[in-house]
Amino acid sequence: MDTKLAIYILKRLLLAIVTIFLIITITFFVMHSIPGGPFLSEKSPSAEVTAALEAKYGLDKPLGVQYLEYLTGVIQFDFGPSIKQRGRAVSDIIIEGFSVSAKLGGAAAALAIVTGLILGSLAAVYHNKFADKAIMVISTAFVAMPSFIIATFFLLIFCVWLNWFPANGDSTGGLILPIIALSLYPMSYITRLTRSSMLDVLGQDYIRTARAKGVKPYKVLFKHSLRNAVTPVITYAGPMIAFILTGSLVVEKIFAVPGLGKYFVSSITSRDYTLIMGTTIFMATLVILMMLISDILYKVFDPRVDLS
Amino acid sequence: MNEQTDRMPKKNPFSFQLNLKDFQPATEEEKAQQIKMQESTSFFKDGMRRLWKNKISIACLFIIIAIVLIVFFVPMFFPYSYDQQLGITQGQSIDSTYNNLKPFEYSTTEQAQIAKGEKIFPHIFGTDSAGRDYAIRVIYGARISLLVGFFSSIIVLIIGIIYGSVAGYAGGKVDLIMMRIVDIIYSLPDMLMIILFSVVLKQTLAPVIEGTALEKLGTGMISIFIVFAILYWVGMARLIRGQILSIKQQEYVLTAKSIGASSFRIIRKHLLPNCISVIIISTALQIPSAIFTESFLSFLGLGVSIPMPSLGSLASDALSGIYSYAYRLIIPALVICLIVLSLNLLGDGLRDAFDPKLKK
Repeated sequence: MDTKLAIYILKRLLLAIVTIFLIITITFFVMHSIPGGPFLSEKSPSAEVTAALEAKYGLDKPLGVQYLEYLTGVIQFDFGPSIKQRGRAVSDIIIEGFSVSAKLGGAAAALAIVTGLILGSLAAVYHNKFADKAIMVISTAFVAMPSFIIATFFLLIFCVWLNWFPANGDSTGGLILPIIALSLYPMSYITRLTRSSMLDVLGQDYIRTARAKGVKPYKVLFKHSLRNAVTPVITYAGPMIAFILTGSLVVEKIFAVPGLGKYFVSSITSRDYTLIMGTTIFMATLVILMMLISDILYKVFDPRVDLS
Repeated sequence: MNEQTDRMPKKNPFSFQLNLKDFQPATEEEKAQQIKMQESTSFFKDGMRRLWKNKISIACLFIIIAIVLIVFFVPMFFPYSYDQQLGITQGQSIDSTYNNLKPFEYSTTEQAQIAKGEKIFPHIFGTDSAGRDYAIRVIYGARISLLVGFFSSIIVLIIGIIYGSVAGYAGGKVDLIMMRIVDIIYSLPDMLMIILFSVVLKQTLAPVIEGTALEKLGTGMISIFIVFAILYWVGMARLIRGQILSIKQQEYVLTAKSIGASSFRIIRKHLLPNCISVIIISTALQIPSAIFTESFLSFLGLGVSIPMPSLGSLASDALSGIYSYAYRLIIPALVICLIVLSLNLLGDGLRDAFDPKLKK
């Protein structure tokens, strides 16, 4: 069993490395296929200046050499200098932005998982009663709302009309709205997921046995049911990180949170190619690692899963 | 009936005797009821019958039909067009009173015309900052979003079906390699890749399509289609492959093979028709996710090209004026929610109705 698990982890790790490598390659060549070098979009410097700039950033070398240099740089977490923000390395910008985004995303993920599990279990326990129906209506509605719409509505209602929160997320109080806006979609999804798997588990024989033995209801719920129902939620946790990351791109823009997303969006609009590349590679790697971890956890948590 | 009952011996109400009334012979009428067979139905009819019972799905179906009718027919006889700046007429100075009208307000020129007794079509949702009628922009935006959703799903469907059925039917090494490729694309973070591709395609496509019919569509829309074609087919391919793998073991496939049918014919005539329900369901669920993605990209400024509106870009544009013109944000946002919600619920209903595994 253990060797099987080790082989599985090794296999997945290999696949993850291949994928990350592929992403770096795709982003590099895709970004370099844009006609005109990155400095042409500046206020057209003279030919010598452009040549000097290209020499400085190594852009005069053949594409293959540039690619290898970029690859070695990325391994050392060096994404080169930002084109539009002079004198700043892309990796510095990423670290600075990510420290804010991680706080936001981590809180949103935690909120989504905890609330989703609770609401989902409640809905399953009160199956077909009012609580179940109410929870399902709300979660169905939120699954149909893109995070940017939830965020703009929040901004409109709580910052513009009610004036409860500041409209920018610099302070800790200002982070509440972005966190909730970000977590609503995954929360609704987890609620639905938990509900259906809980309903499945609650109908099992071992639950009836536990009840018949006189095990206390909360123990049946937490120890016997939830533990078995939680596996699909673990599988969803990986993609959820991706959701939260991409969702935070716009949510951070809307609430003016100085995180990675804000830099990413502004790098798109200002065509800061190295920053786009750097952030894409960084976030993609993060997503792939999270998916890897959640997949491995899933296999570890559920011994019934076949590893082959 | 009555005389038969009369012939039965009376039962003592306190005895444990069997109730003899339960054992009387069935009448002709009852017999006829028993032998009545259920009418034979086709797979499609059966599914439709079950879908019809699902009130929510049917309501959503009607909402979608209504929205489709509105977005395709209303622009035909709407007095304004989506890119017409009402304040600008040839040979006259710009009339800025047309800009930023509140719902049902009129510009000074129009007020003068109304005073003269002319009939002016009201600006139901007002106008935007460039003096364009907002109602028609929302309608047109919904049309763009629906079109993007529909065609993206068709692209995904075609590529997914071809790839999935080839991999599933060929099996063996071909299948293994094709599925490894799918695995890798599947684990790419889709949104990030889409953003990356749209940034690049927006830059590179413009000179390529210049002067062709595609130019009218705009680079933004084409790049959305391309990224869908590159990335989103993998889910469909996986699904189709799984179905084909299980169906190709059936005897009728063996029979077809033994009488010399070509692989193409077997896939087209025997395998694909049998996974049609899965195809319909996942296509129905693909459309809202495409609309979702398109609105997200438009919100980031990467979607359809100006002046063409989409629901996402309308919401994005309205964000800067959120303090004074909140309704401009609310209207497109609600339309997106309505479309996505109804399509989601309809898709769920279709799955419940057509998925043979869920049959009671």
